[in-house]
Amino acid sequence: MNLLPFIEWTASTSLSHTISTSTWMFAVIESIHLLALSVIGGSVLIVDLRLLGFGIRTHTLAHVAREAQPWFIASWTVMIVTGSLLFASEPQKLYYSTPFAVKMSCLLLGTIFALTVRRKVTLADEGQVNGIWLKLVALVSLALWFGVGAGGRWVGFSG
Amino acid sequence: MSLLPFCQWLADTTGSIALHESLFMYPLVESAHVLTLCLFLGMAIMFDLRLLGFTLTRVPITEIKRRMGPWMLAGFAVMVITGALLFYAIPVRSYQSLWFRGKVVALLLAGLNAFVFHTTIDRKVGAWDLDPKPPRAARVAGATSLILWAIIVVAGRMIAYNWFDCDKQPQAHIVNIAAGCVVPPAGGR
Repeated sequence: MNLLPFIEWTASTSLSHTISTSTWMFAVIESIHLLALSVIGGSVLIVDLRLLGFGIRTHTLAHVAREAQPWFIASWTVMIVTGSLLFASEPQKLYYSTPFAVKMSCLLLGTIFALTVRRKVTLADEGQVNGIWLKLVALVSLALWFGVGAGGRWVGFSG
Repeated sequence: MSLLPFCQWLADTTGSIALHESLFMYPLVESAHVLTLCLFLGMAIMFDLRLLGFTLTRVPITEIKRRMGPWMLAGFAVMVITGALLFYAIPVRSYQSLWFRGKVVALLLAGLNAFVFHTTIDRKVGAWDLDPKPPRAARVAGATSLILWAIIVVAGRMIAYNWFDCDKQPQAHIVNIAAGCVVPPAGGR
């Protein structure tokens, strides 16, 4: 699959031109991206820490996961929208960036994992899933989201 | 009182120069600073949202504080240490950055907000621990915290931009005053 035509088309859009030539637009979008990072971090960690046995104990795992879910979905959406705008402003640089490729791979895997395995495990009845599996799910989730964050930060350091 | 001489002295120390010029240490410290947002601020946001009655409304406030507090504190410690290192690497420019100064003011206000919360309404948390919607004073503290931390994050990100830097003259008079720029008088060299 060759993505280069899509990259070049993106770079030719007026949206791309507007953001990349503006003094402040990239900075503002990036700031919103960072604020959503804090929220998504909180909504993921409060569940993953519970999976690891460090979280809220007065309520079930399923309850904590259900409460955190709307915040995860909302912040994930903001991340995707602002992230797409940041991508649109410099598609060629990102196309050749290894950290960006790592970030996108982790994002895809992290999102699929959150919607499938992690969702199933967190919403299961208490005691249904062996404790070691709960911890493993948390570690995989944390590793994938860390890959997204670290990859994203490293994009800015390269090139 | 100007801290500029101190910042200039700091900038000339071996450690500051080494960190500033390092290929990997500076980006690593900055990455740790940014990613710890998830741990410290992520937890703080969940707590503030609980204070506002927006999430985990059936979980007691004290339970969230007991379980998440240590993680928040650990995250805060990492943020302070890495933040101090980032300042140490670039002292003069940071000191004279409008964004950095704004960030410090907002940090102090966030600390004051937390102090007021803990010494007033939080003292009586037993009376409202289980309230899905905590009393007004607690909600105000939660909202204030969210706003101040948003300002801190945005101001922190903006330090990277040189729009108001002292070495980028001419700047508006008010910018030079607020950023503590040392500008030679007009007509001089």
